[in-house]
Amino acid sequence: MTVTERQQRAYVDAQAADMRVAVELETDEGMTLNLGPQHPATHGTLRVIARLDGEQVVWADISPGYMHRGYEKLCEVRTYPQVTTLVNRIDWLGSFANEVPFILASEQLMGIEAPPRARYIRTILFEMARVANIVLFLGDLGVQLGAVTPAFYAFRDREHVLDQIESVTGGRFHPNFDRIGGLKDDLPKGWIADTKAVMQRMRMFCDEIEDLLFGNEIFEARTRGVGVIPADVALSYGLSGANARGSGIDWDLRRDTDVGLAHNEVDWRVWTHPDGDSFARCWVRLQETREATKIIDQLCDGLPGGPIMAKVPRIIKVPEGEAYVATENPLGEMGYYIISKGDIGPFRVKIRSASFSNVSVLPWLLRGVYVPDIITILASLYFILGDIDR
Amino acid sequence: MGKASAPKLPGVVKGLGVTLKTMTRTVFPARGIKTLIPAPSKGAVTVQYPHEKETPPNRSRGVIALKEDNCTVCMLCARSCPDWCIYIEGHKDTAPPRRPGGKPRTVNKLDRFDIDYALCMYCGICVEVCPFDALFWSPEYEYSELRLADLLHDKERLGEWMQAVPDFEPYEAGSEQKPRKVPR
Amino acid sequence: MSTLTTLAADIELAWWQQTTLRSLGVMIAVLIPAGTLVYVFLFKMMSFMQSRLGPMEAGPYGSLQLLAEVGKFIQKEDIIPWRADRKLFAFAPYVVIASVFMIYLVVPFGPDAYFVDFDTGIFWALAVSSVSVLGILIAGWSSANKYSLLGGLRAAGQLIAYELPMVLAVVGVVIQAGTLNMQGIVAAQAEGEIFGFGGIGNPFVLTQGIGFLIFLIAMQAELTQTPFDMPIAESELVSGYMTEYSGLRFLLFFIGEFASAGAFAAVAATLFLGGWAIPGVDLDADWMNVVGPLVLVAKMMLVAFLVFWVRFTYPRFREDQLQQLAWKILIPLSLVNILATMALKVAF
Repeated sequence: MTVTERQQRAYVDAQAADMRVAVELETDEGMTLNLGPQHPATHGTLRVIARLDGEQVVWADISPGYMHRGYEKLCEVRTYPQVTTLVNRIDWLGSFANEVPFILASEQLMGIEAPPRARYIRTILFEMARVANIVLFLGDLGVQLGAVTPAFYAFRDREHVLDQIESVTGGRFHPNFDRIGGLKDDLPKGWIADTKAVMQRMRMFCDEIEDLLFGNEIFEARTRGVGVIPADVALSYGLSGANARGSGIDWDLRRDTDVGLAHNEVDWRVWTHPDGDSFARCWVRLQETREATKIIDQLCDGLPGGPIMAKVPRIIKVPEGEAYVATENPLGEMGYYIISKGDIGPFRVKIRSASFSNVSVLPWLLRGVYVPDIITILASLYFILGDIDR
Repeated sequence: MGKASAPKLPGVVKGLGVTLKTMTRTVFPARGIKTLIPAPSKGAVTVQYPHEKETPPNRSRGVIALKEDNCTVCMLCARSCPDWCIYIEGHKDTAPPRRPGGKPRTVNKLDRFDIDYALCMYCGICVEVCPFDALFWSPEYEYSELRLADLLHDKERLGEWMQAVPDFEPYEAGSEQKPRKVPR
Repeated sequence: MSTLTTLAADIELAWWQQTTLRSLGVMIAVLIPAGTLVYVFLFKMMSFMQSRLGPMEAGPYGSLQLLAEVGKFIQKEDIIPWRADRKLFAFAPYVVIASVFMIYLVVPFGPDAYFVDFDTGIFWALAVSSVSVLGILIAGWSSANKYSLLGGLRAAGQLIAYELPMVLAVVGVVIQAGTLNMQGIVAAQAEGEIFGFGGIGNPFVLTQGIGFLIFLIAMQAELTQTPFDMPIAESELVSGYMTEYSGLRFLLFFIGEFASAGAFAAVAATLFLGGWAIPGVDLDADWMNVVGPLVLVAKMMLVAFLVFWVRFTYPRFREDQLQQLAWKILIPLSLVNILATMALKVAF
């Protein structure tokens, strides 16, 4: 073929591929329903294509990528401080948690260890990101199932957590606070007492949600037995975080690996649930929120004094090497694989995001469920589009 | 967990109790003698902007202020901005020697320092890398414009924002940092 | 009878003048409760339950927000999807609205303040409320939208299923009152006695408590409110059968939803709470024509409060769970209620 013929062939192939996804085929098996990119149930622009027989799903597939922003390419042409700013926006609800594995991997390459005070405050902010993220999940869970009120309670109480994050980092949603070697700044006066009051309030919110949502018989009828993922299937699809723990897998990176956060210095437990259905996943997340508030309380009590930043040069040049660090983010296991060639910016960053693997189980999971159950399952798996598509 | 021997209310009833309790707390927020006077504006968490305004914390990243005297046109901020939204132009000039009988010094004079807030992602890298304490954060947030071009703040406007920069707060106990001073 | 009828007899109105007055009267009687329900419950009560304030800018404390919304909807572009069935698409909202208006016809607001006094008043109300199912089905089908179709089909199944518990709950009331006439039911409650005590009359909510509960649940389902709002199901079907409607047509559905909430609340207040009557007050008094509507509206708001309180608190049922609740629980319960009522009526 000549060059133009090859180009034409590529063009036609691209059109055909686009049409295969775009056209809704009316087959004998039933109606094709597009829970399309714009939909109130998908947290962002995830497209779920389902073939229905009445109200039951016969075949389902997902089409992610509507929110791809080219993070890994962006990281190749930015310096380390700039990358730290950008990765806040991958999982935008638990934003501090995105910076942590990247900074830890860079510190591993540089051979720098952050001072203990920085480690503790990093862990406190990490767990606060978890609280902020999961509280919104609990509110959104109600909305997906029809109860509009829990969402407002979630936003109302989450504001306090965001206020605390803002008073120390300057940004409610995008803190940009982690630095290689420590943190940007120290805590302002009175922050620890305020944070403990806020955590007490979050525990009251968890109790309220338990009364309003989890204790509700209608909620139990909607979520028990819906979307059961057995433990072996969960492992084979790479589910992580509360999705795996809801299927009974006792795996938590905070406890099982030591990457440089202070989780091993406080007393806390990992929650699992054997059922593997939607209720189990939601319940595990509720307990994790409570546990996170307790972790923050203990860390605030035991905060050591000291410097907030280790000795690092002004212009950061990370020596050659590769490092992979994964942490237990609010959505699951998030990891960064950094390849450095000794430059001021990384050579290549591969981002292992939790939601991408969590969502991969949907084609298997959605067969045979009813249309309302699709929504319940999407809500209980809890993905953030920025995390899927990066 | 919870009630030991009392019969448990069905969850549907408890849920109704939660919403009713929230509603009464919102409509009748006062405790004590004034309990029965309805005052939803106080009980609700809504801040009725623009009649009422919230004050953000001191470190809140609202707008960047420039102290022109401290700037030496080193270009570090413009280089480290992830969005390249800082536009700097300067020229070299001679200044009188510090001591009589010395060499005349070359100094950088700032001609143009614009920050395009339509591009700025409020990351703060420019404020952090400035070695001469010329850039500061201010929690001021009410600078919306009707035209996109008006979001380009020039040197004078950035200098005016210095008045909105709060002093640095003292740190929590156990910290080894000392709060810096804002040059006024 | 009363001065009102003698007054009406003096002024000789032509048939078309009477009809115009009656039509205007019905419009006012329907739209004012609908508007009040929207403002008090949807805008304000929902907001207070969610720790927020709701609309505050349009008018004092946001009271004119509904007017602003009406104005907004009226001036919007009339969008009909290209593949939709144009005539049916335009026709559907009017079916729903018509059925709601027809329910208000038989609700008595006072001794002489009623539009029509059928002998089978409650039968008419229940029959006519089923017409809205057709409207919803037509809307869902003609929209040429898969989500609307799903919503319309779900609505058909749900609304037909919950007709039965509603009718059976009303049968208990009818047995106890001895008449299908709405004014007769009000009179039976106002003049009745409970075991000889006549102080508060005999509001059927006390003796027909189970019937009241069943009627409330069935009413919630007939109004497609959460927890029975599968036809609308905002997070799944966007707006169900209403998805493709915008502008004035959507406004008609919206007003229809709240007007029917008011209508069913008025019927429930008449059947179970005593209607426009206050126990101890003479049923034929003239001034009851002015106080009666106020009393009825107050009782309507009480019932509507329960409806909307439940709406804002609970998640929604899945379609099959919904049907199970209707067929397996509510209908047997209402049959038992009828048997018990019959037995007790004969015994006492």
